[in-house]
Amino acid sequence: MLDTPLKVLIVDDEAPARRRLRELLEDCSGALPLMVIGEAASGREALDLLGGAAADLVLSDIRMPDMDGIELARHLLKLTQPPVLIFTTAYHEHAIAAFEVHAIDYLVKPVRVQRLLAALHKVPRLRPLSDARLDRLPVAARRFLSVTERSRVVLVPIEEVIYLKAELKYITIRTAEREYLLEESLTKLEDEFGGRFVRVHRNCLVAREAIRGFERHVSAEGDAHWEVLLRNVPEALPVSRRQQFIVRDIGRENDA
Amino acid sequence: MSFAAPGRPQQEMRAIINQKPYPPRLPELRNLGTVLRILLAVNGLALVATFVRETRWETFAAAWLDTTALVEPHLLASLLLLYGLAPWLERMPYRTGVIAILALNLGATVALDAALSGPGGHVGSSEVFRHAVFSLLVTGLLLGYFHLRTKALSPAITEARLQALQARIRPHFLFNSINAVLSLVRAEPRRAETALEDMADLFRVLMRDNRQLAPLADEIELCRQYLNLEKLRLGDRLDVEWHIDNMPGDALVPPLVLQPLLENAVYHGIEPSGTRGAIAINIFLRRGEVHAVLRNPYKVSGNHHAGNKMAMDNIRERLALHFDAEASLETRAGKDSYEVHIRMPYRAPARVERAHA
Repeated sequence: MLDTPLKVLIVDDEAPARRRLRELLEDCSGALPLMVIGEAASGREALDLLGGAAADLVLSDIRMPDMDGIELARHLLKLTQPPVLIFTTAYHEHAIAAFEVHAIDYLVKPVRVQRLLAALHKVPRLRPLSDARLDRLPVAARRFLSVTERSRVVLVPIEEVIYLKAELKYITIRTAEREYLLEESLTKLEDEFGGRFVRVHRNCLVAREAIRGFERHVSAEGDAHWEVLLRNVPEALPVSRRQQFIVRDIGRENDA
Repeated sequence: MSFAAPGRPQQEMRAIINQKPYPPRLPELRNLGTVLRILLAVNGLALVATFVRETRWETFAAAWLDTTALVEPHLLASLLLLYGLAPWLERMPYRTGVIAILALNLGATVALDAALSGPGGHVGSSEVFRHAVFSLLVTGLLLGYFHLRTKALSPAITEARLQALQARIRPHFLFNSINAVLSLVRAEPRRAETALEDMADLFRVLMRDNRQLAPLADEIELCRQYLNLEKLRLGDRLDVEWHIDNMPGDALVPPLVLQPLLENAVYHGIEPSGTRGAIAINIFLRRGEVHAVLRNPYKVSGNHHAGNKMAMDNIRERLALHFDAEASLETRAGKDSYEVHIRMPYRAPARVERAHA
């Protein structure tokens, strides 16, 4: 691994911080072959960059607009060969205590060149952060869901999601334009985005904002059930018997 | 870096502060809070006195009216007199001031009685004597109360200073700024020099004794230095709009009354946004009051209200300690902006220097 240069991506929303890190990496390049493949100002930009070029190591700030470092760590896992991620932070932000507990690597800014070099030497032995470890960090809900398509990470902004439906081993993400396939657990998604979605069925979460109304259907045998009508998409989704209370809670706007 | 770490350095700080105890001083006789307290206390005393004398409920109201009719003219006359002579009284050493106020109130009581007992009046000499004793007692009691209150509040002022030391300047800002300066050292050493000088000035102010009021112009200079450093870090993302043409630069304000608010504005308004944002600072004098209105863009989301509230409470507390009821801090969260409005009495330097002499 050490014969090929270590490919590093720098992620920080502050230009001076990126420049400083680049200088320090140059200082390290004598002791260890490495190349900086790019700089990104947010997690989102980093993912765009990584769609075109692979990295071995991502040095990422935590607090950034658009997408913070911890959310970036989650989406990186969707890459076929996820890079190692080391967080850089100026101060003991919310996550640091948890980093300590779960042995997640981080560097404190201003970074000393010796510390950086030590971290770089460790990279070949480090594994990408697992979802299980990231789950234990006290963080806010993600802003995007991510799916892998042709070895690129595609981001779906959470506010564009109309519903999430579990089918076999995948979850279908429905937006106004199209569908995506996601490999996550519906229960976990419900926990993470609790306020935004409502469970209409054992296998289905619907965005509250997308609900247009409810419709009652009576079958030939006389069984009645409710369906939820959605904005921007034609399909209606069945409401299970157990979840029928939501029809009353959200308000029956379209009683058939 | 003792200002950021809890524990031992805090005790050291306390020790430094304790070396300089607060001298006793007369209450600010023109402060709305002082006047209200005097009015409430005297009327409360009158109520108690009536209650003690009058045991029957039927006649209580009438007796209460009698008492207040007697007390109120004296009270108002004394208040007016003290209000008028406040600058002169507050310049005196504490003891002389106390004697002067006692003498003034005694004189006012006797003079008023004499005026009321003119032709057709009926205030006997024994009554004048009783009024005089009552007036002396009440004035003495109130002066004692204000003395105790100042004593009780002076640790609060040192406490406020400690809080100011801790609440102001997020460590986040310090370390990010040092990092930004480091990034300049090789490529742009001159800019690095300026940035370090700004930082030195900023921290000099942060670490000095901030118990006394200081000119608003100084606070503005501090804010500029602070914002220069933030601009170094954030570049184009941070715009600052100053509207301070009608600002009374000599107005005395609690030190660090604005800078922490700007820090909040940057932390909550500018940093979380990837796009350009402007902080607007509007300071003006209106009807003898200094108004400072700070506005920053703000998206309602997330969980960073706690730190914000702490800074607000801290400033509100210090405003109350310095200005009592005459200052206020209000916040308003709009759809996409956040506004803080501070109102303070306009104090020119001369008056306060006298009060502290």
